[in-house]
Amino acid sequence: MVSMPILALESLDKTFGGLKAVSDFDMTLEKGEIVGLIGPNGAGKTTVFNMISGIYKPSAGKITFLGRDITGMAPYMVCQGGIARTFQNIRLFKGNTVLDNVMTIYHPRADYGLFDAFFRTPRFRRKEAAIMEEAMELLDALGLGDRAHDKAMNLPYGAQRRLEMARALAGKPALLLLDEPAAGMNPVEVVKMVELIKYVKEKYNLTVLLIEHQMGMVMRLCERLVVMDFGQIIATGLPAEIRNNPVVLEAYLGKGATVA
Amino acid sequence: MTKAMSSKKTILLLAATVAVYAIIRTLVTTEVINPYWQRVLDLALITTMGALGLSLIYGFTGQFSLGHAAFFGLGAYASGALDKTIGQGELPMFILSLFFGAAVAGFVALLIGLPILRLRSDYLGIATLGFGIIVKVAMDNSSKFLPILGGATGMSGTPQVANFDWVFLFTVLVIVLVRNFVFSTYGRACTSVREDEIAADVMGINTTRIKVMAFVLGCSLAGLAGGMYAHRYPFLHPSSFDFLKSFDFLLVVVLGGLGSLTGTVITAIAWVFLLEGLRFVLGETFIEFRGVIYALILIVAIILRPQGIFGGRELGLLVPRPLGTLVGRKDGVNADSRT
Repeated sequence: MVSMPILALESLDKTFGGLKAVSDFDMTLEKGEIVGLIGPNGAGKTTVFNMISGIYKPSAGKITFLGRDITGMAPYMVCQGGIARTFQNIRLFKGNTVLDNVMTIYHPRADYGLFDAFFRTPRFRRKEAAIMEEAMELLDALGLGDRAHDKAMNLPYGAQRRLEMARALAGKPALLLLDEPAAGMNPVEVVKMVELIKYVKEKYNLTVLLIEHQMGMVMRLCERLVVMDFGQIIATGLPAEIRNNPVVLEAYLGKGATVA
Repeated sequence: MTKAMSSKKTILLLAATVAVYAIIRTLVTTEVINPYWQRVLDLALITTMGALGLSLIYGFTGQFSLGHAAFFGLGAYASGALDKTIGQGELPMFILSLFFGAAVAGFVALLIGLPILRLRSDYLGIATLGFGIIVKVAMDNSSKFLPILGGATGMSGTPQVANFDWVFLFTVLVIVLVRNFVFSTYGRACTSVREDEIAADVMGINTTRIKVMAFVLGCSLAGLAGGMYAHRYPFLHPSSFDFLKSFDFLLVVVLGGLGSLTGTVITAIAWVFLLEGLRFVLGETFIEFRGVIYALILIVAIILRPQGIFGGRELGLLVPRPLGTLVGRKDGVNADSRT
């Protein structure tokens, strides 16, 4: 049996005016993988994420998810199709409660209409109760259960990152895109985040693509790495191979660099 | 099951409503509230309905609209003109024309909202500002295409069916329905758009649909309030629905606190009474200084409390009991503070 990749990116291009942010980008993800997308600042990693999640339309190329062409699809459709993401600079619904942040994501599957909402029908009560139960379960799983009624913006930084993940998981995605999940974290928090990502990947049966700068984290977590520089893939391989790849070292550290 | 779930809170809310109604009726029959202040009170409640509409649009969904009074006016003229033509003060015609006013305002909102609300950012403010001017000019010249509308001299002749009872009943209904909307998946989708539109989109919310929904619903409420106004005050004039009136609604929503129903309701009522009160305090000679006073109130309020009087909080009575169980969870009991 030939296994179909869960996500296939074929010769993606994205230009902003005269700037080629991403060019000729090819990548496939197999179900259940954790793949790291790394590269120096400005390499085009987040642009790739934005194209997958529909925020940017690719200038050229094709994105196939679970066998379906999703190139240029509206972000909310992509999400409903099964791709969830987090953001490099956390984008929670800050003024809403932690619980509401997660419950919001059930909107497309709320399964009751305006009439039910206006008149709080039995159907409304049943569905709302179910949504709340599920959202609380998710918050408990990510250690946020006791903060359910706090405003999202009042959570400490690490908890905000976890909430973003809870919110992404609420969409029951098949593919999770994590944009620098450990940015701004101290080493202890990074270790916890690695554990958390492994845990949710197993528990929710996910495929994960993550952008990360912290090499320690990438090495511990990823099964395969894709390295970008100037909008192009410059290397792919196992973490151990990438660590010693001269092209990668040059991109990160400049010409002539070697591992001491 | 429904009975058991419709908790103490619903009963309390009902009791509070009846109590408020009884108190006002007593004050009216004992002539503590004279017909003049009765009219002011009715206007306050009508303003509350309209302001709740803008609260949905701006306070909850974050879409800045500067033309709310135009929708209020559309509702007033549509509803008033219909009832003037087909009705002679019968109840069914009154109710029908109220809904007609709401429907006209909602339909026009849909036509404006669909193209504009696809865009992110504040284009709606500009479009609704322009729309308000169009409506004002159309009203001023309306007698040229439909003599019944009266044009710049104003329209009268709508059966004055709306008394305090009707105004009160509809206000309570509107408050309850808006509350139910806000505390549902639709309300959560609206606030997610307000908080971060891009994130909402990426997290699976069809943001255009939600924005259009909130806008149409909010403008329909303005139309409903307008229809009630036409049936309570015999003389409609285009200048009652101009930009300054839109500004009134906006002020109520901002002062009350964005994302607070309680704030909108209380501020709307307080605002109308304040404006009338100033008439007495200033006397006829200085009445023009009202404009200065509102501006000052707005400036002082924004400096002292930029988040508005209620700052997104709700009176516990207006927050429905959560439907899921939070048993055994720390904090789970105190679910009222949707802050």
